[in-house]
Amino acid sequence: MNPGARRYILIAFAGIVALLYILRLFYVQVVDDQYKLSAQNQAFLYVTDYPPRGNVFDRNGKLLVINQVAYDLMVVPRDMKGCDTVGLCKILNITRADFDAKLIKFSGSLKEASKDYRTYIFEGQMLPELNARIQERLYKFTGFYVQARTVRKYNYPVAAHLLGYVGEVSQGIVDTSSYYKSGDYIGKSGIEKSYEEALRGKKGVQIKMRDVHNNIKGSYKNGLYDTASVRGSDLVCTLDAELQLLGEKLMQNKKGGIAAIDPSTGEILALITSPTYDPNLFVGRDFSKNYTILHDDSIGIPLLNRASQSYYPPGSTFKLMDALIGQQEGVLTPTTLYPCHSGFTLNKGMPGCHAHGSPLNLDGAISQSCNSYFSWVFKTIMDNPKFHGNTQAAFENWRKYILSFGAGQKLGSDLPFEMKGNIPTVETYNGIFGKGWHTMNVISLGIGQAELGLTPLQMCNVVCSIANRGYFYTPHVIRKVGNGNPLEKWDLKHYTLVTNREYYESVISGMANVLITGTARASAVQGIDICGKTGTAQNPHGDNHSVFVCFAPRVNPKICVAVLVENAGQGAWWGAPIATLLVEQYLKGKITDPSRLIIEKRMEESDLIHMDPKIKKTNPAFWE
Amino acid sequence: MREKSDSIFYNVDWFTVGIYLVLIIMGWMNIYSAVYDDVKSNIFDLSRLESKQMIFIFVSMALAFSILVIDASFFTATAYILFSGIILLNIAVRFLGTDIRGSHSWFKFGSLSLQPAEFAKWATGLAIAKYLSGVGKQDWLTKLAVTLGFIALPVFVIVVLQNETGCALVFAAFIVVMYREGIIPGIILVFGILVAIAVVVGLKYPNHLAIFSLILLVIGGIRLLLVRRTTKQILFTFGIVAVFSSMYLVSGKVMEKLPEHQTGRIKSWLGLPVSRQMEDRFGYNTKQSMIAIGSGGWSGKGYLQGTQTKFRFVPEQETDFIFCTVGEEWGFVGTSVVIILYLVLIMRLIIMSERQRSDFTRIYGYGVAAVFFIHLVVNIGMTIGLLPVIGIPLPFFSYGGSSLISFTILLFIFVKLDSQRLLVLR
Repeated sequence: MNPGARRYILIAFAGIVALLYILRLFYVQVVDDQYKLSAQNQAFLYVTDYPPRGNVFDRNGKLLVINQVAYDLMVVPRDMKGCDTVGLCKILNITRADFDAKLIKFSGSLKEASKDYRTYIFEGQMLPELNARIQERLYKFTGFYVQARTVRKYNYPVAAHLLGYVGEVSQGIVDTSSYYKSGDYIGKSGIEKSYEEALRGKKGVQIKMRDVHNNIKGSYKNGLYDTASVRGSDLVCTLDAELQLLGEKLMQNKKGGIAAIDPSTGEILALITSPTYDPNLFVGRDFSKNYTILHDDSIGIPLLNRASQSYYPPGSTFKLMDALIGQQEGVLTPTTLYPCHSGFTLNKGMPGCHAHGSPLNLDGAISQSCNSYFSWVFKTIMDNPKFHGNTQAAFENWRKYILSFGAGQKLGSDLPFEMKGNIPTVETYNGIFGKGWHTMNVISLGIGQAELGLTPLQMCNVVCSIANRGYFYTPHVIRKVGNGNPLEKWDLKHYTLVTNREYYESVISGMANVLITGTARASAVQGIDICGKTGTAQNPHGDNHSVFVCFAPRVNPKICVAVLVENAGQGAWWGAPIATLLVEQYLKGKITDPSRLIIEKRMEESDLIHMDPKIKKTNPAFWE
Repeated sequence: MREKSDSIFYNVDWFTVGIYLVLIIMGWMNIYSAVYDDVKSNIFDLSRLESKQMIFIFVSMALAFSILVIDASFFTATAYILFSGIILLNIAVRFLGTDIRGSHSWFKFGSLSLQPAEFAKWATGLAIAKYLSGVGKQDWLTKLAVTLGFIALPVFVIVVLQNETGCALVFAAFIVVMYREGIIPGIILVFGILVAIAVVVGLKYPNHLAIFSLILLVIGGIRLLLVRRTTKQILFTFGIVAVFSSMYLVSGKVMEKLPEHQTGRIKSWLGLPVSRQMEDRFGYNTKQSMIAIGSGGWSGKGYLQGTQTKFRFVPEQETDFIFCTVGEEWGFVGTSVVIILYLVLIMRLIIMSERQRSDFTRIYGYGVAAVFFIHLVVNIGMTIGLLPVIGIPLPFFSYGGSSLISFTILLFIFVKLDSQRLLVLR
């Protein structure tokens, strides 16, 4: 070949190589995304901007739950290469073994940790002072960074179960949710859980740039792609902080639960369980320790919300429903008289009764809580001729009435914990007695015993239905989210199957007399016409439960209360004074009458769990 | 009144000078970006690289101007003297120079340093042009032996002894010159390329000798079917198969004998299994460089907006890996433009070489084009993972006075020679 012609070969060669390079660059730069992703992972640090959770107010605008600042030391185990582990251990006051143990807990093993790119909270909720010492040398702690967080602070040490607590999100939720990342916080119980979405707000993201030494070098594109966090919505809850506080004080050193509801709206005014704990115990570094202590208390079971998670036989308070059903079924009128001979004579004197005048009409039977009378009533409901002797059909009919009062089913409140309670079925008794069972087998249902189980919340809901003369609103604790309007879903009336207002009035008249001439007359409050009903619930766990339900005032009721004190004896002894004190507090704002103050003090100071059994079996109203 | 031809700019190829200026300006902008730091940036701070590079640019331009002032015959007359002087400098630096990371190729004067190996490029080009243009009618083997033996190989060895193997490889560029001059037959180049392929295949798939030889035998067999099967042809064919097979066989063993950093770079380039430490040491550069370039996307992240380069993920990013800044901030558009600019420059240099009456100028011109080409191919190839890491600069882009100044000298000697193309120079 003529050497001069070789120029074309050379030019072609240069052109082909250049073309190959351009094609390669097209592939690397335009087609293949892996380099862009690697660049983002290396150079960008996605800093989550955590919004403060919403505050929680009580019904009077008092702040119940607010935020305080704490600092979490976060770690990405894979990035730890070159970390000054010794220095960090020294500041945190832990050993190298503790340090490794944490990593093993996160990633499974130290080897796995070196590949683990997930984020973990290495040391949670540090105080500002510790944070400052870490910040000073953070540049040496590769793989670590500090995240400022807000944690909860409870202004009133009350309603721990209802308010709930906030904790680190579980791996299960992280795996299934697109919102939560490991290390995030989430509402774990109470309204923190049921209103999580409103309270948490919306996380924001700041895209920071970092250099090869992990130093932050400012915002990417001056924050063009950053998203601002949105503050969590405030909640207005229906609790009355003062009422809740008083209730918890009265219940201390006792076991039991209290529900207080405004019947005209269904708003829960107080939900008390005892024993309880200070919600602040679940904030900060000692959460695990405190949680374990409470969780392991198998006697007090303080984590259990007895007001909505435990169900108890309602005892004589249940008679109110029998009185209503009997009238609705046409087998009872206010003037119906039944005799009592210290027991229900038709069934060999069972159930027994206490000494009172006989015979009694409905009003007297309620105020004196006559067992025989309501056994008669229950018998007439069950043996109603319209069922032609079919006890099971009559029972089903009775049961429907009971359910219509909200007993034996979840009420659908916004509490994340609500038990159904127990209203036995035909099948229950077929199982116990065989198919041919009859009224006398189940006669104690008439006085609220046998297999019946209602939560204090349900007991209170029954009272609301009576106070409203025939309907209730679903009980709830949150009426407003953020700046929105009151939630409309709570405006729905649920009617009971007892429809005639007259029937309620006759029962209410008896309930009024309970506090005038009846079983709870010692708990009457000057100036407030309280309508109530005592209950003394027999149970397989020891002494009778002291039960009391009431509402006030008689006209246009503002508050319904159900109190259950476990193994405390008669309803009149503990349930009635505690319930009426709460009514008084709520309607008057405080307790002023000296005689009532004495009762308040007595209730507050009595330790029923450790009390001398002899003293315990007396009415505290008559203590010297 | 002065004659037009008296002007020092008479007949200067402004097109080439224009591309040079464009590349210089783009290069400086990229260095500025590579070392950009929004807190401290101050163009008048002479401790900063972009300021130093600016000075080097001014020095280069002054030198370019001086070269245009000098008569072209100066370079033809002093080619051997210049070459000898530069060779002496290169020998001296081996013993007198400052040891920088194992390399003995730098003279240090205070904060300035000078790498004489860079200057050997144009000196070698001049010497080869001088020899080949003056040698007259000789057989090609003699020309090849003299060019290699007295000019190219000594330079290569001296530079290798400075521990600058990458820089030494650049002198392979003059093979192109010899090819153009008809000294090396094309078949030898093809053969050389095939040997290189055999070596790479041998390194990449070391355990498939049987398959490799079989493929060669099939190709050889087909060839024999197509030509007259004389004994000579048959022996030649099997000889070739044997040569390629042995290349395949020994390539791995030769590689293991290389210094550790070269073995490591080759292995990580070919994706061969290496230890974690080796990967961290030798695969890191390429990985980071590809991340930087690849993350640029279609049109890049914008000037001064590169994260990978700005935050120093890419090592050597203002020198050997400066192309990463181009790729990251200007994207595919930027990288294609740079490659096309170089291609245009190289083609222009070839066209200019071919329009010479003077053999000296033509030969030197091809040398210039080839040197730019090999720098372009090796440097960019390394940043996009097509070639192993070989530390040579990207002309006019990489930071460094020695390379910028010597590339300017290299180019402007040719521009001057070309401007006097109407005279026949010896």
